[in-house]
Amino acid sequence: MANFRKRFNLLAGTFLIMVVAMGAILSFFWLPYDPKVLNFGAQLSGPTGSHPLGTDQFGRDLFSRVLVGARGTLYVGFISVGIALTIGSIFGAIAGYLGGLFDEILMRIVDVLYAFPAILMALLLAAIYQPNTLTAMTAIGIATVPIFARITRSSVLVIKEQDFVEAGRALGAGHTRLLARHIIPGAVSPIVVQASLSFAVAVLAEAALSFLGLGTPPDVPSWGNMLREAQGFLTMSPYPALVPGLAIMITVLGWSLLGDGLRDLLDPRGN
Amino acid sequence: MATFIIRRFFSALVSILLATLLVFSALLAIPGDPAEIILGLNASPQALAALREQLGLDTPAPQRYLNWLSGITTGDFGESLNYQKPVAGLILNRLKVSVPLALGGALLACAIALPLGIFAALKRGSILDPLIISFSQVGAAIPSFWLGLMLILVFAVHLRWFPAGSFIPWERDYLGSIRSLILPTFALGLGQAAVITRMTRAAMLDVLGQDFIRTARAKGLTEKKTILHHGLRNALVTIITVLGLSLSNLFIGSIIIEQVFSLPGLGRLALTAIGTRDFPLLQGEILVYAGTIVLLGFLVDISYGFLNPRIRYR
Repeated sequence: MANFRKRFNLLAGTFLIMVVAMGAILSFFWLPYDPKVLNFGAQLSGPTGSHPLGTDQFGRDLFSRVLVGARGTLYVGFISVGIALTIGSIFGAIAGYLGGLFDEILMRIVDVLYAFPAILMALLLAAIYQPNTLTAMTAIGIATVPIFARITRSSVLVIKEQDFVEAGRALGAGHTRLLARHIIPGAVSPIVVQASLSFAVAVLAEAALSFLGLGTPPDVPSWGNMLREAQGFLTMSPYPALVPGLAIMITVLGWSLLGDGLRDLLDPRGN
Repeated sequence: MATFIIRRFFSALVSILLATLLVFSALLAIPGDPAEIILGLNASPQALAALREQLGLDTPAPQRYLNWLSGITTGDFGESLNYQKPVAGLILNRLKVSVPLALGGALLACAIALPLGIFAALKRGSILDPLIISFSQVGAAIPSFWLGLMLILVFAVHLRWFPAGSFIPWERDYLGSIRSLILPTFALGLGQAAVITRMTRAAMLDVLGQDFIRTARAKGLTEKKTILHHGLRNALVTIITVLGLSLSNLFIGSIIIEQVFSLPGLGRLALTAIGTRDFPLLQGEILVYAGTIVLLGFLVDISYGFLNPRIRYR
């Protein structure tokens, strides 16, 4: 039973992510309709043969728009988690390895960043720049740095005391080599698990930022933008709100299931 | 314990200081003249000069930061450019909506999550445990603002049980205010309930596997006593940490929910402040949010110290 559930998380997560990723890839080659073309003959229609998921208030095809939205969601997720993972784990590893003043200063910065979740960071950035996809990615990325820094640091603190690291040092390995070849490889598992879980959070944050007008510009079909536009037409047709919401849910669920599955696979003790 | 509290207090203080520095330097990062950006290109030179004076742009940045900081320590966050009123008053007024919303969400989340999480842990091995886990996994994946839209659709548009997107001020009719906060509270709280359920279950399972639980059972305590006095009490240490984090999430999450339900809270004020380029107001707001998160973290640490004596001597 327990074994099946472990594998179930991994498989279900991978499956859901694949569905979303295939939709995103498909949108580059084939779309039923141009997602931006208005069709006033078919406004706010429910699912029909020609529009499988219905249309929005301008008669735009919801299926085409949700496919294009998948692109943006995955793009923002990869970039922002990528930024956070790179910066967070490098600084976290150095802080854990060196300790002392560097560690102290870095952890103070991490503490402060914890007080600025993605939305707050985006509000701060919106004071400086016109909100767009780049500011949203930056906000989500910076807000995600602390968790990677903490996780890497605590792994490194444990690993650096181990005998094989001492052996490497005795053999004359320098700091860089010790970190890159002996210490960081041991910290990879928790980082990979966290990357998957953070991706789920990033998808939610991106949708929220677009919904608030702090993310993807309104003319680009993103799931958050679709929801914001649907808000005014709820009474006339539920589909424009239903479709992107379900898409967000599937994506978030996929990444969090994958994260849980990976944790069971890579780090059975952590369960 | 006293040294523990003092140490945590100072590190929280450092965090808040760094937060003020971050918020203040955001204004410095604005390319060009802030006064020109706020007033637009057609502003008269007199108006620009007056605004520069009001923002204190003639004084050097470090001096301006210190002035702003010393103002904050006395509760003076400056004056809003758009409303022409003190920022502190505007924020306090909006907290009357945002704080009840966040606290209501927390109450709801706990009311659902604590019993459910404990129940799941006790029923481990039965079909109910994986069922509860699956529900909480799906629940955590639902975007709160989408849930809000769906709640409006069902309970406000179709069933007409609750108002959709209006707020009756507390002074006018407090029952009406509570009624207009019910749907937003559910939209905000249900997602957190899902997260807390999982954490509660994990914390309970962790504790129930310990030796002292076996000892308690072996010495003949009733199952109820074992679970409440020995199990839950120890699991609470973890659960309280999660609750503190949840409160932060709920407070930040209220920014979006207020937008969905058109509630006149702090979050909507922040979005308006961006639209009107009201920098003093925006700075004050962001600082209040960040400060609250730091404060909640501090309180969690302290309660952690009380509940788990081992932590104090680290």
